[in-house]
Amino acid sequence: MGDRDSARPNHKSQITNHKSFLVLDRLDKHFAGLHVTAEVSLSVVRSEIVALLGPSGSGKTTVLRLVAGFETPDSGKISVEGEEVTALPPEKRRFGMVFQHYALFPHLSVGENVAFGLESQGTPREETRSRVAEALAAVGLEGFEPRKTGEISGGQQQRVAVARALAPRPRVLLLDEPFSNLDPALRERTRRELKRIIRQVGITTLFVTHEQEEAFELGDRVAVLNAGRLEQVGTPEELYESPATRFVATFIGRSSVLPASSAGIGDGSDGDVVVRPEALRFAPGASPDALAGEVVGRRYAGRVAFFDVALEGGAVVEVLAPSNAVRVGDRVYVALNATGPAPQVFPKGSK
Amino acid sequence: MKSRVGSALLTLFLAWLVCYPLLLTLREALGAPGWTLRWFAEFFRRPDEWQALWASIWISVATVVLAAGIGIPLAFLFERADFPGRRTLGILIALPVVLPPLVGVVAFLFLYGESGFFARAAMAITGRKEPPWRLAGAPGILLVHAYSMYVYFYLFTRAGLARLDNAYLEAAAALGAGKARILARVTLPLLRPALTGAALLTFMTSLSSFSAPYLFGGTFRVMTTQIVFSRLNGDNEMAMVETATLTAVALAGLFLLQRAEKKREVAGAIRGTPPARLRLKRGGAVAAAGWLLAIFLLLPHLTLLLVSFVPPGTWTIEAVPPVLNLANWASVFSQTERLRPIVNSLWMAAASTALALVLGFAAAYLAIRRRSAWRGPLETLVAIPWALPGTVFAVALAATFSRNAPWAGRFVLVGTAAILPLGYLVRNLPLTGRAAFAGLRQLDPSLEEAGASLGATPWRRLRRITIPLLAPALAAGASLAFLTALGDFVVSIVLYTFETRPISIEILSSLRMQDTGAAAAYGVLLAALSAAAFLFRSRRGQGESPPV
Repeated sequence: MGDRDSARPNHKSQITNHKSFLVLDRLDKHFAGLHVTAEVSLSVVRSEIVALLGPSGSGKTTVLRLVAGFETPDSGKISVEGEEVTALPPEKRRFGMVFQHYALFPHLSVGENVAFGLESQGTPREETRSRVAEALAAVGLEGFEPRKTGEISGGQQQRVAVARALAPRPRVLLLDEPFSNLDPALRERTRRELKRIIRQVGITTLFVTHEQEEAFELGDRVAVLNAGRLEQVGTPEELYESPATRFVATFIGRSSVLPASSAGIGDGSDGDVVVRPEALRFAPGASPDALAGEVVGRRYAGRVAFFDVALEGGAVVEVLAPSNAVRVGDRVYVALNATGPAPQVFPKGSK
Repeated sequence: MKSRVGSALLTLFLAWLVCYPLLLTLREALGAPGWTLRWFAEFFRRPDEWQALWASIWISVATVVLAAGIGIPLAFLFERADFPGRRTLGILIALPVVLPPLVGVVAFLFLYGESGFFARAAMAITGRKEPPWRLAGAPGILLVHAYSMYVYFYLFTRAGLARLDNAYLEAAAALGAGKARILARVTLPLLRPALTGAALLTFMTSLSSFSAPYLFGGTFRVMTTQIVFSRLNGDNEMAMVETATLTAVALAGLFLLQRAEKKREVAGAIRGTPPARLRLKRGGAVAAAGWLLAIFLLLPHLTLLLVSFVPPGTWTIEAVPPVLNLANWASVFSQTERLRPIVNSLWMAAASTALALVLGFAAAYLAIRRRSAWRGPLETLVAIPWALPGTVFAVALAATFSRNAPWAGRFVLVGTAAILPLGYLVRNLPLTGRAAFAGLRQLDPSLEEAGASLGATPWRRLRRITIPLLAPALAAGASLAFLTALGDFVVSIVLYTFETRPISIEILSSLRMQDTGAAAAYGVLLAALSAAAFLFRSRRGQGESPPV
């Protein structure tokens, strides 16, 4: 375990960062003897939006639930503004949460839903009313108070959930797959809308997603989780251009994996090399730096296309090139593109 | 931590209430402290005991066959076909299930018994002086059972059919299967879990049936009546052995039912559009037949109502009662001693339901929401009384609470006002408990988590979120429990005292004193209250239900 930590020195040093607002320190959680999260450490500065990105079963939702207080870590600490909250029940943490299926109370109206948190705090009736109106206005739902939660659209339900979470002025906003319940056409617009609202409030935000696109658009930084471990935390550019682990390299963006011994692409070691499609090009003819192969597939994407090339060694690589560069069935030579992101070499057997 | 202590205490309390009396019964059947199998040997030696056991089993099997024969075709007709009045009729024909068993039996007596309407009509037509038949023994019991229990098959099959995805039927048709083949190879196999469930529920209900065998049986004994008569004869050890035997048969039934229910969960995953209803060509004829059936099913209710207007001693040999007035009703509501059973039944049913509601909800909440290690024990304890005949519990409670041994958890409650509500409580526990467990399972836990993240304390979450959202399910369970307790006869006949006699016991003593009018009036009252609770339940059921 220890040797893997050394592979990603960047996130441990952040724990001591004095500007850190929300700090997760070596969170461990088992369910039935299984590690769901293993020593997850993360620190988030004030007003930052951090995405927890990972495939299903990576433990990202568990991390969020640990922060919210719905689960208690077996070991590790969570603190906010320097105050440790690990043992605090969720109702005392003052964290707002937007649930995957929104969890709007079906027996309460939209207004009563948004007022719920304020009433828990004992806010006077008049103030509650004006703050509910304020919160609904912030998400563009003025005058929706008397509506029933069942009779508004999915997008509106999501905004009510956001308004309800923000109304009590929480210290941290937590979102669990906030877009998974919306139809794809609506997601992009909602994403921009949500980002605007979060920026406006300036609240420190942690959100869970399995969609890289969402993580990149909404997150200032992205924390990539795999099998309960934090693989890397960084800006989208950092993750894409200098992935710390083989998992991050293959999980983020499109890529092909080749033996590192491949001429002209690998470093000649016996590891693997991960290369982006835009880092490859078609060479005009045979050369020591080019790999021979046959075009077996093509995915058209406007002026460019992704070509699948079956190399003579047996590997299939993806090459980004002008859409009319080659045709399926052509014999081609693939070489490294000097201007693309550098290929990353990882030792064999690493994950 | 606190909830763990709570779970442990609740488990202990429920075990005391539900299991302890049963274990004490077994202990007494084994002749403790002498410990002997003498009484069991005696049981297996006596032919009348064997016959009662055999009668219990074959009557139950025959009931299943009859109920299936009536219920399944009706379900297909009402679910697959369309004809005028289908909706209203579909609800009406489920009504027999809400008639308290004793009231149903009494109504059948008035209708088809030797001095009932049909016998009198036959005598008037043929001019004979003797009633042409007697409603007694096994045929009488089976008639009442078929009348009240076909509803299980009807409801289960309808639910199963409604869940059946039309795509399966279309796929079979596309593969060239004809209607008969689709029914035999697709529809019925897919319905099998629902049918097994209905069969076992009918079997269990019939096995615990007491009112019909008690009133119609005469010398024809089944286990439930055999137990009560053994007790009346002072043959206490034998009663205990009989109780233990009946328990064993019922538990075997429960084991089968739980296995069937596990299979049903798989079938429950099938969701889709049911096929379009078949518009019947002779819709009018079917509707007319349906209304005739409905009238037939409502005849017992109507008979009760009519008899309740017949003043005492005015109806002797006439085919129809010569005088009708409100004398019975006036006496029931004006004489303190006649009003007392009504008051008794109401308060005892209300108290036991309220307590069962609290215990059932607490068990469900601790088991499901608190991820308690006691989950399995709690759920089983709450369900056990449902599987065992009421007679078993009545006898077990009577044995347990007739002795004072506080350190052994035994108190003298028999003969006090507390024993009947306690008996009703045990019987009600599965009804409220099941509703609470099912409701909580369906309730998305993130609703309560949302409450927590919005700063609501556990108590406020319970009050503002969990309970309001579970209210429909809890109300349904509670109204069913109230109804059962209100009409109870099985437990009451073993445990009642004169002071705390409930309506059912008063009906029985009115019948014994030939006061049929008063018996009918009480019966109408029970039926009306039951129907009101039933309507309340189905109305609430359709209203705001928690989202899944």
